[in-house]
Amino acid sequence: MAQGGAVRSVPFIGNDWRKGRSMIEIDDLTKRYGDKTAVDRLSFVVEPGVVTGFLGPNGAGKSTTMRMIAGLDRPTSGTVRVNGKHYPGATAPMAELGILLDARSVHPGLSARSNLLALARTAGIGRRRVDEVIELAGLAEVASTRAGGFSLGMGQRLGVAAALLGQPQTVVLDEPVNGLDPDGVRWIRLLLKSLAAEGRTVFVSSHLMSEMAQTATRLVVLGRGKLITETSVADFVDHAAAGVLVRTPETVRLGQLLAAPGITVINDGTDLLRVSGTTAEQIGAAAWRAHLPVYELTPTHASLEEAFMQVTKDSIEYHAGATR
Amino acid sequence: MSAVTAPGRAPAPTNPAPATVAGPVTQVRVIRAEWTKLRALRSTWWCALIAVVLVVGLGAAIAGSGTTYQVSAANSAAGGVTVSLVGILFAQLVLGMLGVLFFSGEYATGMIRATLAVVPSRLPVLWAKLIVLVGLVLPLSLPAAVAEFFVATALESSRGGSAISLTDPGVLREVVGASLYLTVIAVIGLALGALLRRTAAALAVFAAVFLVVPLVAAYLPASIKGFAPYLPSNAGGTVWGAGKLFGGQQLGPWTGFAVLCGYAVVLTAAAAWRLRRRDA
Repeated sequence: MAQGGAVRSVPFIGNDWRKGRSMIEIDDLTKRYGDKTAVDRLSFVVEPGVVTGFLGPNGAGKSTTMRMIAGLDRPTSGTVRVNGKHYPGATAPMAELGILLDARSVHPGLSARSNLLALARTAGIGRRRVDEVIELAGLAEVASTRAGGFSLGMGQRLGVAAALLGQPQTVVLDEPVNGLDPDGVRWIRLLLKSLAAEGRTVFVSSHLMSEMAQTATRLVVLGRGKLITETSVADFVDHAAAGVLVRTPETVRLGQLLAAPGITVINDGTDLLRVSGTTAEQIGAAAWRAHLPVYELTPTHASLEEAFMQVTKDSIEYHAGATR
Repeated sequence: MSAVTAPGRAPAPTNPAPATVAGPVTQVRVIRAEWTKLRALRSTWWCALIAVVLVVGLGAAIAGSGTTYQVSAANSAAGGVTVSLVGILFAQLVLGMLGVLFFSGEYATGMIRATLAVVPSRLPVLWAKLIVLVGLVLPLSLPAAVAEFFVATALESSRGGSAISLTDPGVLREVVGASLYLTVIAVIGLALGALLRRTAAALAVFAAVFLVVPLVAAYLPASIKGFAPYLPSNAGGTVWGAGKLFGGQQLGPWTGFAVLCGYAVVLTAAAAWRLRRRDA
């Protein structure tokens, strides 16, 4: 639903009775490049009617998966079905799938209009629809300018316009908010929700977890090419451990006092303790009994970012070094 | 509808999901799409203009300078036409480049991903580019070759050279053949671009095959230059008489042209195989 920022959990129905409808079905999908396994036995379903976010650290295999959905990369094994069909065999591909893979998948020597018209012609789509998506993407003023001079944001808008040309049942967008200004980000957000509200399947990758919290209803989380979880945004945040932030000059003594099976205490060298597995009330009472001063006691809910970091921390290939 | 025009506002819902404007992909539609691209690119018309100027301009320059051409037992009328068609040697490089860029440009810019995503069966894209390229180069090079013939012969005879007519033996074949030759060269460029995907690599191979190797082969000792008549430029060149420019053994005009077409077919087949089999 298009309520701004609201996140609603929709029960997951993965039964076969929906097969053949507008959706993406990925089954045991593997892609290897030489020795490197980019996508490893991935299986999930993207349902119509809601925005599904595709999350994962860089190099997790999101783009590779999306390229296989579009038939650009051939799976090493496993299958991808778009609206119940093998996409490369579709008779009217533009009616089935609209895809944005990369803002730089346009010809810089052609105008925005010519780029779109060249794609539209393959499906017999007329100039009227081309002008419609140009308007929709806010490119009317630059439609006749060569795309080579476009900013990343304008290139992104052009790519989204191309994805929408055929009014496809399924829309797949790889990092659509990349390079967009706040206005553009809001535009994408509303666009995705309205596409989903029309009953289309909308599958969007992003590395901006906060963006997904505002846009997506369901999540598919990927790490090192493997499925980490397939869930709703609300459940994803709820299940990530919440904790309590404690500020005290007696970090060592309070830490030792609280330590118990099932309780984790993390101290980053300052006067802050991050405690999970117990409540603020219990920490406060324990500190009072031991006569330890506490300056701050704040229950924290994991943000989507933190939940994401927790879920994927074992699967991030390139750490930024010991920051904690 | 008013909300549609403002970026950053909610786009008005388009149509409900089942309705779509997109029809099936057909070969004719893909041809239209490729023509849309080729026509809208500035480089297309620059290449076309330069090729025409080279064919007609160099022909006129040769006919208008030096000693006039006298048809005799040793100098056939067709030989005179060949000399004036020497611009083909340079025009072929420009049109080969046009062919290369028409495909490798898609890889260089990333447009190939958009192109193949809307035509996931892929091969119609190669056929469409081939048809569109032939449809541009043939109607362009034929009038250029004919115009070059009339300009050059008019200049020659005004300077006292022999009058050469299109009906003289071999003359019409050379004029039409020059155009056919350039068309097949552009197709070979296209196939190289599709096969190698990188503009620089495809242009390097093209220049090596059509410029460097024939020149080197011309200076090899006779005992080891038996392959020279089968080089694409030497074989195909027979149809417009280029073999006469360099001397040496050569194939018959239509046999030579058939060999050139053979190269084009093999390269196009390899390009089709790679386009179909390899990740985009």
